[in-house]
Amino acid sequence: MSTIELSEIIAAHAGRKGALLPMLHAVQKAYGCISPEAEARIAEALNLSRAEVHGVVSFYHDFTPAPDPRPVIELCRAEACKARGVEALVPAAETAAGARVNLKTVYCLGLCSVGPNARVGDELFAGLTEARLLELVECA
Amino acid sequence: MTVVRISDDAVALALGADKLAAAFEAAGCTVERTSSWGMHWLEPLVEIDGRGFGPATVADVADILAGTSTKDIGLIAEHPFIAGQQRLTFARAGRTRPLSLDDYAATGGWAGLDRARSMSAEDVVAEVLESGLRGRGGAGFPAGIKWRTVLEAKLRPTQPTKYIVCNADEGDSATFADRMVMEGDPFQLIEGMAIAAHAVGASEGFIYVRSEYPHAIAKLEAAIALAAAKIAPFVLEVRVGAGAYVCGEETSLLNSIEGKRGEVRAKPPLPALEGLFGCPTVVNNVLTLAAVPHILSPGGAALYARLGVERSKGTMPIQLAGNIKHGGLYETAFGITLTELIHTIGGGTASGRPVKAAQVGGPLGAYIPPRQFDLPFDYEAYAKADALIGHGGISVFDDTADMGAMARFAFEFCAAESCGKCTPCRIGSTRGVELIDRLRAPSPAMADAVASLPQMHNAAKAPPSRAESLALLEDLSEVMQSASLCALGGFTPYPVRSALKHWPEDFGGK
Repeated sequence: MSTIELSEIIAAHAGRKGALLPMLHAVQKAYGCISPEAEARIAEALNLSRAEVHGVVSFYHDFTPAPDPRPVIELCRAEACKARGVEALVPAAETAAGARVNLKTVYCLGLCSVGPNARVGDELFAGLTEARLLELVECA
Repeated sequence: MTVVRISDDAVALALGADKLAAAFEAAGCTVERTSSWGMHWLEPLVEIDGRGFGPATVADVADILAGTSTKDIGLIAEHPFIAGQQRLTFARAGRTRPLSLDDYAATGGWAGLDRARSMSAEDVVAEVLESGLRGRGGAGFPAGIKWRTVLEAKLRPTQPTKYIVCNADEGDSATFADRMVMEGDPFQLIEGMAIAAHAVGASEGFIYVRSEYPHAIAKLEAAIALAAAKIAPFVLEVRVGAGAYVCGEETSLLNSIEGKRGEVRAKPPLPALEGLFGCPTVVNNVLTLAAVPHILSPGGAALYARLGVERSKGTMPIQLAGNIKHGGLYETAFGITLTELIHTIGGGTASGRPVKAAQVGGPLGAYIPPRQFDLPFDYEAYAKADALIGHGGISVFDDTADMGAMARFAFEFCAAESCGKCTPCRIGSTRGVELIDRLRAPSPAMADAVASLPQMHNAAKAPPSRAESLALLEDLSEVMQSASLCALGGFTPYPVRSALKHWPEDFGGK
């Protein structure tokens, strides 16, 4: 981890009102996680205790304590996608994903009229069939 | 040169609109990217001189340009799905380019803000009150009363600023109207917030958007930069959530903006008096704020108040989702029934099977059986039927749905998303999952997970009977409903109880 970059991220956000979440987003994006070291540095910069920062990091699903190098596919399994049959696609997708791909459950991508839906990075996929989802997993 | 209009709404993108747009450009057309008309089953929808073609793929490009396409749906504005609506908030949907200030101004944009700024703050609040506008986030609290409370709050050294906060943490399944406003008509939301700022004397605003909406975030940030001069001295900023559903609750949303855990606050104090950073704060949903520019346009408030029924005034952008043939956004005056929405307008299920249930109001809304589909869309009528309108999302389920599994999911979702501050929600949700598993387990009866712990000396040794488990579920639901701090724990029993009431056969025990 380049400590210079971390201090740049902290400096870029430190003056803002409610700086912690934007700062954590930036750190998560740059390093793929919020490490204990980053927590300590952020706590110091914002005059918070480490416990407070850790409490926030552990509260939100988007922040992770360690990097996960696997590619991520976010599959929506909320009500509207269930109504459109996402559950039937899950077993085959999980088998295909195995340990190589992080097939993550999310609740709602806001495309509820055209599900089942998935998100890979900032790209969205709607109207998934089993074949299409398996293709996404294999290409991930 | 042929001008082709294709939406850049997330639904269109997810269905391949970018590739389609590139194919039309390669064929020598000028492509304009507009907002979505809201007919999602036709996306990506191609518009040429007002005619629509959809759902279009790259393979259709040549036929569409040659005028021989079988995907021709005629004039879009005359399509029954569009012609039957009364669009106020979504008046620009499909018609304008989201980030074009020219398009916005040419379609009546900024008229509400200009008029509001020529009026006193009190008069603006009075018009919002007159319109009867109620919070579109789910609670249905009158927006004008909230604004008046913030207007009357006095600034002092400990409360130096007033804030406008837009709740764009649209986490409910079956809802996407907020996203469509942010991606399709972001200036309207910005104008609504600027009017609110003028009405209550606020100088700063935040739009809290969930991180699951990357396209909405990008559009809003671009739109705020373009509109900054127009809304000055009011300043606006986007804040991105971090994957917590509970942050859609207004007090946990405020905590989240402040950089804290998204835990719910006890009320009072009301956010209107002690909200963001302890200052007087208006917290309104995207749809509430986006309705404001129309209300402040000349005669807008009176027109709004004439629409709707009883105390539910104006229009509601209803979201048709789940297993429905013609899903999308349908804005209409309050009072419409589910039969009209699901069968007449929605065309029944996408699978072609009979409808079993409709969940109205997102994951915390009741499951409604077809025999109650004549219920008018109205806050009070739904409350009377132990249901809620919420954010106006409708998930349709066909007869293959397992309502016991959906009830279990309601508890499971609550357990996953609970902020953990209050006991009924934090523990009740997990106990609820166990209870439903026990009810649905094949015989022999399953032991109670807690009662069979070694330290539970006085607990009954035999597994509870079905009647005992049902009584416990009823008791648990009641505790969660009446003792939870916010709607997450408080409303989770709605889907559970309604599923158990209308489809007891899906809960085992035959």
